[in-house]
Amino acid sequence: MANHILEVRDLSTRFHIAEGTVYAVNGISFHLDHGETIAVVGESGCGKSVTMLSILRLLPIPPAEIVRGQALFLGRDLFDLSEREMENLRGRDIAMVFQDPMTSLNPVLTIGRQIGETLRIHMGLEKEVIRERTIKLLEQVGIPDPIQRLNDYPHQFSGGQRQRAMIAMALACQPSILIADEPTTALDVTIQAQIVELVQRLREQMNMAVIWITHDFGVVAEIAERVLVMYAGYIVESAPVDKVYENPRHPYTMALLAALPRVDRRRSARLRSIPGAPPNLLVEPTGCPFAVRCELVTERCRVEMPPLILHGPNHQAACWIDVSTGIPF
Amino acid sequence: MGQLVWRRFRRHKMAIFGAVTLILLFIYSIGGALIFPESYANFADTPLRLTAPNLQHPFGTDTIGRDVLARTIYGGQISLMIGMLAVLIEVVLGILVGALAGYYGGIVDSILMRITEAMLNIPEIFLLIVMAKFFGGEIPEVDLFGRTFSGSVIVIVLIIGLTSWMYLARIVRAQFLSLKENDFVLAARATGTSNFEIIFRHILPNSIAPIIVSATLGVANAILAEAYISFLGLGVQPPTATWGNMLDGANNYLESAPWLWFFPGLLILLTVLSINFLGDGLRDALDPHSRAA
Repeated sequence: MANHILEVRDLSTRFHIAEGTVYAVNGISFHLDHGETIAVVGESGCGKSVTMLSILRLLPIPPAEIVRGQALFLGRDLFDLSEREMENLRGRDIAMVFQDPMTSLNPVLTIGRQIGETLRIHMGLEKEVIRERTIKLLEQVGIPDPIQRLNDYPHQFSGGQRQRAMIAMALACQPSILIADEPTTALDVTIQAQIVELVQRLREQMNMAVIWITHDFGVVAEIAERVLVMYAGYIVESAPVDKVYENPRHPYTMALLAALPRVDRRRSARLRSIPGAPPNLLVEPTGCPFAVRCELVTERCRVEMPPLILHGPNHQAACWIDVSTGIPF
Repeated sequence: MGQLVWRRFRRHKMAIFGAVTLILLFIYSIGGALIFPESYANFADTPLRLTAPNLQHPFGTDTIGRDVLARTIYGGQISLMIGMLAVLIEVVLGILVGALAGYYGGIVDSILMRITEAMLNIPEIFLLIVMAKFFGGEIPEVDLFGRTFSGSVIVIVLIIGLTSWMYLARIVRAQFLSLKENDFVLAARATGTSNFEIIFRHILPNSIAPIIVSATLGVANAILAEAYISFLGLGVQPPTATWGNMLDGANNYLESAPWLWFFPGLLILLTVLSINFLGDGLRDALDPHSRAA
């Protein structure tokens, strides 16, 4: 318990829109330890980003509503803080890197100013000190010629460089938690690998905890110690990373893994995609949300959401079926 | 960015014409003051009233014998100053209202926009006249920029500023509505940036182009508005000259003393025209969608 830097309990987030209510996050609980890296995986639209934005209270309210739940950062519930306290905490204690570096930097401010801003807001440092720190940060994230690049505008940076700059911005105040929301999705493969490596290196240097949102299981194996699999606003499986690959306990996790290209599989074999699409979140969920796409579905799945069942140390899955035998527990 | 804008602007012949003319007009009204003292502009040589242009008085004299040339010089200072100060108020109000409405949305937006629409529904001339009557009256003289002039100048600046911010507010609001959805706003919030800083340091600089264009055109409108109310005798009170109040009274001498209205009228025309050309040029040069490189 004492080692948890972040603990989310029973978080539910909904959006009230013209068409009705979107059940985006439905009572999820998880924790993050000091210096630990967890990966959150799942298809687009299954609530990964919304969960993180809820925790940082960055969702516009309304239309969003955090119906219930707690997000305990070092024991303090973030939902109880004032807006002012929250502003102080964002960027200083918990920082976030976004998916698309092309649009996440302000086009009319220089890179140096945008990185320096975090330092100015949270540390109240002098101009000269901010400048030196910014140069050092740019160096750390691997941007050559940082003194010159300081005065460049985002459009003068390449995609990979911009993401590096975003990371520099996020890490300026040495946060204890970094939330990386698909930071490599918009980049090409070689750059992706560099960014992953960069974050890993900096994480070790700064002893940060990292929440890495991705839909790339390949990245997961490289960086994460634990994996949370999300589906339709639920955490359907939570497991140490090696267990996910060796012994997945939820049909959705299995399906995601089966959809991965593998070197040890026959090249002529088609990749398995998951039939159907994630469920309509406008309908209040009853039963297991994956039931309609699941091969092992039973009557019970359709009416009753399975609880997270413990399968081993730190390994839980929400399924009525023992996936290794196909028989209900 | 800056270079590209300059290159696009330079190709806009009329805008260059406007800019050059404006610079000449500034030189005229500021430099001219070095040649004629203000007391000369306000000196009424009554026996010489309504003298046609001659060597002594190149633009002639007015109904009480003051030199029209000197008065257009000092009037120009006031007219241009009114234009710019009024726009300053317009811009501050317009940005404030538009930014708050666009950024916060919801109830704040509804209230501010209803006020804006209410202001827009009142005919501007009517609003100008009523406010001029209301705030006019006995006003002490003021000292500003090394000159002493009628306090009605300040009143006119306030009135024009207070009645012209609505269009700018709408433009700024529209800008904020779309810009606040950008990822960089979310990213800025995620680093702990306060709403105040997001509005003024992140979103506002992104919407500066339409504001500049609108403010430029606003200067022309303010100069015209001053001319209207001064022409009606409700504006800047004599002896302080403006191009507008020099026209006041000239309507009785349209044919017999055309120099009374010709010179101030020409200067107003040139100024407004130049500013409008300049504004058009800026709009094209600052528009990122403009294809001309």
